Amino acid sequence: MDRIDRRGFMECMAWAGTGLVWVATGGVLSSRVIAPAAAAEAKPGSFSFVQISDTHIGFKGQANGDSTATLQQAVDRINALQPAPAFVLHTGDQTHGQKAGAFDTVAEILKSVKTERIFYVPGEHDVFLDGGKEYLGRYGAGTVNGRGWQSFDYQGTHFVGLVNVLKYKGEGMGALGEEQIEWLAKDVGALGSSTPIVVFSHVPLWAVYPQWGWTTEDAERALGHLRRFGSVTVLNGHIHQVLQKVEGTVTFHTAMSTAFPQPAPGSAPAPGPMKIPEAEARRMIGVTDVRYVPGQHPLAVVDSTLG
Amino acid sequence: MKLVAGVFVVLLAATHVGAASSAAVGIEKFKFTPPALTVPVGTTVTWINHDEETHTITSANGAFGSTGLGLDDTFAQTFTRPGRYEYFCALHPHMKAIVIVK
Repeated sequence: MDRIDRRGFMECMAWAGTGLVWVATGGVLSSRVIAPAAAAEAKPGSFSFVQISDTHIGFKGQANGDSTATLQQAVDRINALQPAPAFVLHTGDQTHGQKAGAFDTVAEILKSVKTERIFYVPGEHDVFLDGGKEYLGRYGAGTVNGRGWQSFDYQGTHFVGLVNVLKYKGEGMGALGEEQIEWLAKDVGALGSSTPIVVFSHVPLWAVYPQWGWTTEDAERALGHLRRFGSVTVLNGHIHQVLQKVEGTVTFHTAMSTAFPQPAPGSAPAPGPMKIPEAEARRMIGVTDVRYVPGQHPLAVVDSTLG
Repeated sequence: MKLVAGVFVVLLAATHVGAASSAAVGIEKFKFTPPALTVPVGTTVTWINHDEETHTITSANGAFGSTGLGLDDTFAQTFTRPGRYEYFCALHPHMKAIVIVK
């Protein structure tokens, strides 16, 4: 009953600056500013992981003359977290236009991350030149049929990494494709509805701004297989800014880039790197720390900037 | 200004068959300018990217294609046969344009 009210639809524009914890209760989103110590408090059975995105190694522009240095800064930020994250998710666009050697640079820098494992999904910048050959050569092992998508379980939470940049369609939207959606249906089919689900992919799985291609055309079909779960957290990149939306039990969240910010949807004639001074841009790039606490269904998502 | 010069050269070439000609297409704010370019056979078209974002020149039928072009990078293609050559940016497929070779 009262489904519309309980859905608690909300959309929040980017906020710059300090960390915020987002907590969704009964589908309604609320937030509070946190002191760093509050993020560190650990309860038994809880764990945290980090999302980094859009490292764009090879990018050089007004907003950032050295995207390698800002990735290193992001790594330093991750390594300062207490407790250390269980693992890290990289949600794509490791490279800027598949520049030669960029994948090697990312791998080299991420070697020093203090965590057990890093999971990857590709961005369009990682695959557009060769249809994903180099990316899958490096990161395809252990994924479904070597195609880049995958799932794993961690302390009772089910994680799903999806690929939505290998079937770029006419208007620049992301797409998952029939085969991947069928796999997803089977992958989550046997799970109990109380299993917390985390889905991560590069292009947002919700219509952030289709005019700029910031959407995935067949995402709704994939999400249809997830609506029965009590807690679904969707983590994306691609748009280089924090945006959040809650739809029923599904929370959508996009991460900042570690390289450069993009304009808010529709606020500029086109997307692309913002041309702003580096000091200003530092306050618009960063990392995302996600915390799961047993008994508190929604995951707490904390975004922190590098500047 | 570059664009005007390019068109001028093309017009000259059209009246002097056999002379090499050239034309330019700019990429700015996620748009190809001009979106439709008509040139005589033998013309070399040069694209220049004025965006900080990477773009590509990717032929719709696979006839030609660039790698990722960063800021101020260029790509040149000589058109030796008449035809309609549609192309787009592989990273931003809504960016579409055409070269018409007569």
